[in-house]
Amino acid sequence: MRERPISAVPKSALLLLGMAFAFQILWHFKQPAPQAKAEDLTPAPSISTLRFASFGDPVALAKILMLYLQAFDNQDGVNLSFRKLDYTKVQDWLARILELDPPAQYPLFAASRLYGEISDEPKQRAMLDFVYREFLVDPNHRWKSLAHATVLAKHHLKDLPLARKYAQAIRLYATGSEVPNWAKQMEIFVLEDMNELQSAKIILGGLIHSGEITDPHEFRFLEQRLSELENRTKNQK
Amino acid sequence: MPIQIYTIAFYTLLEALRNRLTWLIVLIAFIAIGLGGFLNELALTESKQIQVALMAAFLRFSAVFLLATFVVTSMVRESNDKGLELLLALPLPRAAYLLGKLTGFAVLALIPALLFGLLTIFFTAPAQTAMWTISLVCELWIVAAFSMLCVLTFNQIMVALSAAMGFYLLARSIDTLQLIGNDPLAAHTASQQVIQFVVNACSAVLPHLDQFTRTEWLVYHTGNWSALSMLLGQSAIYFALLSGAALFDLYRKNI
Repeated sequence: MRERPISAVPKSALLLLGMAFAFQILWHFKQPAPQAKAEDLTPAPSISTLRFASFGDPVALAKILMLYLQAFDNQDGVNLSFRKLDYTKVQDWLARILELDPPAQYPLFAASRLYGEISDEPKQRAMLDFVYREFLVDPNHRWKSLAHATVLAKHHLKDLPLARKYAQAIRLYATGSEVPNWAKQMEIFVLEDMNELQSAKIILGGLIHSGEITDPHEFRFLEQRLSELENRTKNQK
Repeated sequence: MPIQIYTIAFYTLLEALRNRLTWLIVLIAFIAIGLGGFLNELALTESKQIQVALMAAFLRFSAVFLLATFVVTSMVRESNDKGLELLLALPLPRAAYLLGKLTGFAVLALIPALLFGLLTIFFTAPAQTAMWTISLVCELWIVAAFSMLCVLTFNQIMVALSAAMGFYLLARSIDTLQLIGNDPLAAHTASQQVIQFVVNACSAVLPHLDQFTRTEWLVYHTGNWSALSMLLGQSAIYFALLSGAALFDLYRKNI
């Protein structure tokens, strides 16, 4: 059905349309620009509420919640420092997202690489502890974030005992074949830095004799490392 | 009767195609691609997973909404135009009319399901896409049958569409509601027990649509054919139940 021409529309109606549109545009530009403020992150809802809100699709909700949470460092046109965020709430959100979507790596990636890399030590420690706790739930799948947490503990926090705790957890619990040997060997290098050469030697020797190392180059490298450690131990004595 | 069913199904499908429904479905596919691409850019990691998860959720809900809306508006329009009276004045069993309509809607459901399923193939394994698509077809058939039942019962667009969407959202959330209701820490008051009974009763009569068309199949490749066969069984039973209810309603109508 063909429409009638525009000339069929009364002039008053055209005038109303044009003026209303102009006022709308004017109104929009007269409004003050949104002010950037360190808006507090709202507390995470309960897992039951989130499951209900997901309408049977928790994975999709978890993905969108992760993007929502991530957006809190970038509000209203300015970057909000992670330090201004309430880390207890951030952890609650991350934990809920992991509950909705347990195989997801994103929440732990964000915990260790975004929220864990700030220059606020208590908050950084809290976030690394969160990564550690969540790692224990599924070590073979979540070792990557704890490996990064080990590096942060060693180099950022300069807390070698903490780094060793995380590296040891990877060696003891992330025993699946999908976990690379370098991750399982992290504890050795932390122990070396702690000057606990005897412990490092025992772990390295155990690793070499466990039969887990199948690559000849890696085997040779580790044997060389073991011999270096033995020499250093002798020199210490 | 099969020829009459075929004729009614054919014209139902023709009406949908002439209604520019196909264009709308294609438009939704493009919006989903754009949305997926946008979210993919926002993500720092697991970007492909985020893209496919949100795209799949959006496509699934859009397909359900479009189909339910079409079923309801088309049936109400036919009723208002006295098309139903005209058809039933012919030597045509009421069952043939209803089954023809259902067949038409069922064939129509294949269009969004196959197109949307095809989109997900770029992000996941073909077997998982196939399972997701088959499951979406089943979900859409159930929604179409329920929407039709709602129209026959209420005969008004607003009420029928609200009931259909309410049914869909409840069927997708009933497992969660049941879990919340059966919380052992909850107070064991009389009102709590009544609510729990109602939730359990709803759970018994609703299809658990949260088990259908699962996004995790596409994201984590967790779909398997045995789970799908259970869904096919549930769909067959529920489609038969809804058809029976719609037939019951149609035969009792004083037209």
